[in-house]
Amino acid sequence: MIEERFDAIVVGAGMAGNAAALTLAQRGLKVLQLERGEYSGSKNVQGAILYADMLEKLIPDFREDAPLERHLVEQRFWMMDDRSHVGLHYRSDDFNEERPNRYTIIRAQFDKWFSSKVREAGAIVLCETTVTELAQDAYGRVIGVRTDRHDGEVHADVVVLAEGVNGLLGTRADLRARPKPDNVALAVKEMHFLPRETIESRFNLKGDEGTVIEAAGTISRGMTGMGFIYANKECVSLGIGCLVADFQKTGETPYGLLERFKQHPSVAPLIEGSEVKEYSAHLIPEGGYNAIPQLYGEGWVVVGDAAQLNNAIHREGSNLAMTSGRIAAEAIFQVKSRKDPMTAENLSLYKKMLDDSFVIKDLKKYKDMPQLMHIQSQNFFLTYPQLVSKAMQNFVRVDGTPKADKEKTTLRSFVKARSWTGLFGDAFRLARAWR
Amino acid sequence: MSEPTKAAAPAGRAATKKELPEHFKAYKHVWVFIEQERGQVHPVSWELMGAGRQLADKLKVDLAAVVIGPEGDATRHAAAEAFCYGADLVYVVADNLLADYRNESYTKALTDVVNTYKPEILLLGATTLGRDLAGSVATTLLTGLTADCTALDVDTDGSLAATRPTFGGSLMCTIYTLNYRPQMATVRPRVMQMPERVERAPGRIVTHPLGLVEDDIVTKVLSFLPDRESAKSNLAYADVVVAGGLGLGSPENFQLVRQLASVLGAEYGCSRPLVQKGWVTSDRQIGQTGKTIRPKLYIAAGISGAIQHRVGVEGADLIVAINTDKNAPIFDFAHVGIITDAIRLLPALTEAFRARLSPHSRDGIAS
Amino acid sequence: MHIVVCIKQVPDSAQIRVHPVTNTIMRQGVPTIINPYDLFALEAALELRDKFGGEVTVLTMGPPSAEDSLRKALTYGADRAVLLTDRFFAGADTLATTYALATAIRKIGESYGTPDIIFAGKQTIDGDTAQVGPGIAKRLGLLQLTYVARIGALDLAGRTIEAERRSEGGVQMLRTRLPCLISMLEATNEIRRGAMVDALRAARATIVKWSAQDAGVEDIAKCGLRGSPTIVKRVFAPPPRAEKAALIDFGGRPPAEVLIEDIFKRQPKLEAELVALARGF
Repeated sequence: MIEERFDAIVVGAGMAGNAAALTLAQRGLKVLQLERGEYSGSKNVQGAILYADMLEKLIPDFREDAPLERHLVEQRFWMMDDRSHVGLHYRSDDFNEERPNRYTIIRAQFDKWFSSKVREAGAIVLCETTVTELAQDAYGRVIGVRTDRHDGEVHADVVVLAEGVNGLLGTRADLRARPKPDNVALAVKEMHFLPRETIESRFNLKGDEGTVIEAAGTISRGMTGMGFIYANKECVSLGIGCLVADFQKTGETPYGLLERFKQHPSVAPLIEGSEVKEYSAHLIPEGGYNAIPQLYGEGWVVVGDAAQLNNAIHREGSNLAMTSGRIAAEAIFQVKSRKDPMTAENLSLYKKMLDDSFVIKDLKKYKDMPQLMHIQSQNFFLTYPQLVSKAMQNFVRVDGTPKADKEKTTLRSFVKARSWTGLFGDAFRLARAWR
Repeated sequence: MSEPTKAAAPAGRAATKKELPEHFKAYKHVWVFIEQERGQVHPVSWELMGAGRQLADKLKVDLAAVVIGPEGDATRHAAAEAFCYGADLVYVVADNLLADYRNESYTKALTDVVNTYKPEILLLGATTLGRDLAGSVATTLLTGLTADCTALDVDTDGSLAATRPTFGGSLMCTIYTLNYRPQMATVRPRVMQMPERVERAPGRIVTHPLGLVEDDIVTKVLSFLPDRESAKSNLAYADVVVAGGLGLGSPENFQLVRQLASVLGAEYGCSRPLVQKGWVTSDRQIGQTGKTIRPKLYIAAGISGAIQHRVGVEGADLIVAINTDKNAPIFDFAHVGIITDAIRLLPALTEAFRARLSPHSRDGIAS
Repeated sequence: MHIVVCIKQVPDSAQIRVHPVTNTIMRQGVPTIINPYDLFALEAALELRDKFGGEVTVLTMGPPSAEDSLRKALTYGADRAVLLTDRFFAGADTLATTYALATAIRKIGESYGTPDIIFAGKQTIDGDTAQVGPGIAKRLGLLQLTYVARIGALDLAGRTIEAERRSEGGVQMLRTRLPCLISMLEATNEIRRGAMVDALRAARATIVKWSAQDAGVEDIAKCGLRGSPTIVKRVFAPPPRAEKAALIDFGGRPPAEVLIEDIFKRQPKLEAELVALARGF
């Protein structure tokens, strides 16, 4: 064990860990951040979308030197069947604002920049250092961590667990259960290199404008899952993921899904002629509100993906991670300022503050969605996409059939597939879960 | 090279303009350093004689060999051989202080002859000795040295154009030494083709004294331990090579490569990742930072065929690639490809070759 | 004892790709690493320091970002790190590089004590020339031992060192005088994992940064592009082979037999040669 003590140890240098370490350091606490990867971001995989609002609360002028790809001016939602997609697009010049609201980023570069800010703020950041277990006293209170470096036990007043969705520290110390297969998705992603001009012309973009496509439907073969296509400056990120439980049940592979996704007639033209630069896989928490574990304890708090703080419906994870990291740090700072010990009772302030924030409010709102999507996955990801696609085609195709007849046919197909009770039931359940 | 130059810098690009200083204009002829150790000439020296001959012919100048070694038969023989490989002239520095390679003595010997007889081009093999020597000589002469070249040519203006891989082998670059002489280059064994040896009587030999006594040389050779015969690999000069890569899955499976090699009387090798993982020793590595090979038959099992490996095997007459991944880059340059699992094919191939090559002998073949 | 280790920060070449359209290097996002060969040199230096006492100074010439590698070297346990960085060094070939490094090493000697041994890695994975070590030795008037597999007896008082040097076909046991330059062969040791205290010290350490002037460079014309006798005139992608591999279709027959037939069809003389070779067993 080393002699030196810290005020706080942050385990992990992803979005949540960096936000926590930065905030703690900015508040003047002595922070040690430990990351097992070679550098901050080496173990992180994300689409990725950066939410400016949340980052502004940490680094107000991040736009000056953060590595940003494109600022988003358009969002497309695609409901796909095997050969078609029905899209809901929103595009607005309003997003060409002075301080754009969302950007695409490349995590490896962004995290490196973010980590440099953490260091600048005064935190000590050690990479290639794996925390092997939490150090606990006789009463089970967390008093520090043990690492894989020689003489690597370090003590601190509080440990912030930002160890990611599959982090073992908390589970090993019985602070939370391992995530269940139906609460995590396995997603795979590729980066496809294309010249700037090609990306701009294919996605109808000027300069640094960007667009993202979120897709769902038969691409996940009846499993609960979603795909995405994001335009970066000189490459396109695309990926797809489904619940681990579903993969286990069906025997499908994420890579198989990705290949089919890439070959879909709506997707293939977008990435034609590209060179695959990178392939990665990651686990994503999908359990929502009901899967959130105990967030704090004697000498510890958990933030980010490790705390299942991911809004799967809106595909918002990094902002929740950032915010939870910041809020946890603020709570810790308040406890420290009062010169109080980091007991569970005192650290419960973190949960209170988190409950008051959009993080828990949003997750609470959608708490029934994950289960609904899973139970009704065949409907939502197979039946409806196919029905809607046929309906739209029917609507769009001009073949001399009277419009009234077309509408009747469509309606009949819906009723046949789901029955009136099914249709109303689905609508009702969806509305209720949404609210 | 640290990095290739791209942006134009202001007034200081003297190196790019061909302004060969007056005193360098007298430098003429192409020289090849003949590397000999313990009585054996390293074959790379003859390969360079072949390349040197082509350069000399284009420049319409002489090709000279430089033999540095102890007094006696070995050195005399090396000098005589040089004529059989195309030398018009041979410089010899023979002194018993040069019996063992030492950087100080060899550097002095080579720089002395260069300063005295002034070649425009000096080529050395990129062996452990060659690299040790070339760096010292180039720094002493304050001239340019391009290492590990894969191609040598001369431009119309007579400059040496040395091509070599850059950025880990992903790209090639052509490098010139415009305003300094001699233009030095090293080439790895087997990159250049071995030229034909033509029986010729020895020609003109110019001897040059070493000018050192033992006390002048600080480094002493205490002893020399030769490698065990069995451990020696002749990978670079083998006619048949079998190699394995990460596709084999585990270090135990590398045995399959060795068994096939044994039946074929071939040498065995591997791609770089296996050395990095510690499955195979580094002397067996084939590729840009390993050995370059030019066999008649090369069988690559479970090797993806990245460019760094490719440049080490491109000279092979027949490349057979076994890989489960049909998109593996090795199929872009192999002659024959089989999409199958090497772990299954290798033993089958071993047996099939065994049956075909020596059908009457069942036992007694070493595995 | 004072040992200086020269390292280089290089792009992880295994991850470098070529732009499919413009044919340039895509360095974006390619992580940088300490040249792997330098780690063997660093470990050898640290082992000597642990045995004989003293300090290990790590030196690199590079862009400001090379600080990352120096900090990593400190994490392994080096005592001090010096970054030689200046725009005048840009575009240097090995001759210009050794001029700058040799000058810096002299300055390190003035500032922190004359080095007894300079260590360098055998070669870099991006340059692969193996020339910098010998070049530095020459400029500093040091004796050099390259391709060292093992360091033997070191007599600090008597100023001698013995080492095993790999040569073609065997190993030379050499003895030379200090100060000297040693370049280590790969796979001769394994770089240790720094202890927690080393990691913390490294994170907090101030890296000494020297411009050309700080390092005592007298003639800037000998640095960088200006000081490089070699010049790169052309960079190009190696031409792809015209024909791809002919994929064998077994047609239900045993794959090994089909393959052997194909090989001997393409290389008829080979079979006789292999048979003759096999008979030799």
